[in-house]
Amino acid sequence: MNMNEIIKITDLTKSFGNIIACSSITLEVYPGEIVGIVGESGSGKTTLLKCASGLYKPDSGEVFFRSDDNYVQNICNISEPDLRQLMRTDWSFIHQNPRDGLRMNISAGGNIGEKLMAIGNRHYGNIREAAAAWLEKVEIDSSRIDELPSNFSGGMQQRLQIARCLITEPKLIYMDEPTGGLDVSVQAKILDLIKKLVEELNIAAVIVTHDLGVVRLLADRVLVMKDGHIVEQGITDQVLDDPHHAYTQLLVSSIIQV
Amino acid sequence: MDELKYNFAYLDEQTKKTIRRAILKGLSIPGYQVPFSSREMPMPYGWGTGGIQVTSSCIKQDDTLKVIDQGSDDTTNAVSIRNFFKRVTNVQTTEDTNKATIIQTRHRIPEIPLVEKQILIYQVPTPEPFRFLEPSEFETRKIHALKEYGIMHLKLYEDISKNGHISTSYNYPVLVDDNYISAPSPIPKFDNPKMNNNPAIQLFGAGREQRIYAIPPYTKVISLDFEDYPFEATKANAVCQLCGATDSYLDEIIIDNAGGRMFVCSDTNYCQNNLLKKIYNP
Repeated sequence: MNMNEIIKITDLTKSFGNIIACSSITLEVYPGEIVGIVGESGSGKTTLLKCASGLYKPDSGEVFFRSDDNYVQNICNISEPDLRQLMRTDWSFIHQNPRDGLRMNISAGGNIGEKLMAIGNRHYGNIREAAAAWLEKVEIDSSRIDELPSNFSGGMQQRLQIARCLITEPKLIYMDEPTGGLDVSVQAKILDLIKKLVEELNIAAVIVTHDLGVVRLLADRVLVMKDGHIVEQGITDQVLDDPHHAYTQLLVSSIIQV
Repeated sequence: MDELKYNFAYLDEQTKKTIRRAILKGLSIPGYQVPFSSREMPMPYGWGTGGIQVTSSCIKQDDTLKVIDQGSDDTTNAVSIRNFFKRVTNVQTTEDTNKATIIQTRHRIPEIPLVEKQILIYQVPTPEPFRFLEPSEFETRKIHALKEYGIMHLKLYEDISKNGHISTSYNYPVLVDDNYISAPSPIPKFDNPKMNNNPAIQLFGAGREQRIYAIPPYTKVISLDFEDYPFEATKANAVCQLCGATDSYLDEIIIDNAGGRMFVCSDTNYCQNNLLKKIYNP
């Protein structure tokens, strides 16, 4: 199968009992592109993300992922070892709460180096060097490499999580509210960092959020979800400056102006 | 023997059968933790109930049993387990490693190399090498099934970053038969190399955790390490002050209230044999 997209979702439906969380969703993401998914709570954003990353099995529809060597895998019927292998190498998942993505009883350096060890690196010196370099990349002083994450502020923990996720240079990252729970100045810094690293490493990203500010800053393209449907999609600026669907108009007008 | 009111070796035959089945399965999949229905024993968990059940299931009338605790034949735990088996089996017991056919051990492998037809039975508190890294049993089983063994090196990484060297000194994780990572039970890492290619059968019983695993004779067992921080079998840098041995694992014993200490062999039988040799062939 030939495809140019890095991930392609076709006609995906997932329901929980009578509740349809995602209904006939079709979505393509190209290499190096950041796609934002916005919508209110319960609109199906997170379900879509979980289906796309193999955590949920959709009722119908397909999810295809293309690796670097143009090898295409169907995520819906992938075996668990293969899925976990993808999670360690080509993919990464940045959680809203850094405590879900970090090992809190392991030092910062260990947290960052874990994926390297998981893919077979057995040289302590090299692992440590790479971990220190990544700490600097996410603007944490590398002298703090042996400290526990609990010594770090919320924003620093989130940056630590980003370093941990990106060290193996994945091709695709999934983010679920990466700046939720952080104050605005820290949010801005994290968003800046994500944007810089994603561009530098040419990573494709799917970012789920209810914060239109985050989407405005990060996403090239945006999808607006409501009740399990995509109600509007397009170039971010276009959708946010000239919303067509009534719900998008409501979302945009709900932003508190200062 | 009038006193003998229990079945031979305490456990009933049906239970022994199920445990033997678990042992056979363990031997066929070296390092794999086989669940078994651990029985209540007439002693608390943590006193070696796993090892005792394995010994009960293996022991025959013509066996000679040796029990050691931290290398010693005469500590409370070793003496009481030895007496227990004496009472419920009436088999011969010994302190001599060479004469024993079954050796039940806590925390040591004897210094004298074991031979074929000997069985070494370990008492295991925590059979899951990943337990302190991953508390969920569901996850650790997945780790083993999918061979996602990277996080064990994370533990060693933390050791080096904190202490400058791999400071894990006992229960040092091993890779059995290039396949499963296993916990060698809390033996000192000094003993780890003895597990490799050992002619004896090595059985591991964890009573509370209800797991049995095994290493068949002549199986490759390697201790995990980093390329730039290779595994080292360490011991106290001293000689035994009783027998003068330089090659055995040493215990440091406080001998008075003034802080006096001495190093002695942890393997009492080995130490005694050295002393006897000195007396008879000075």
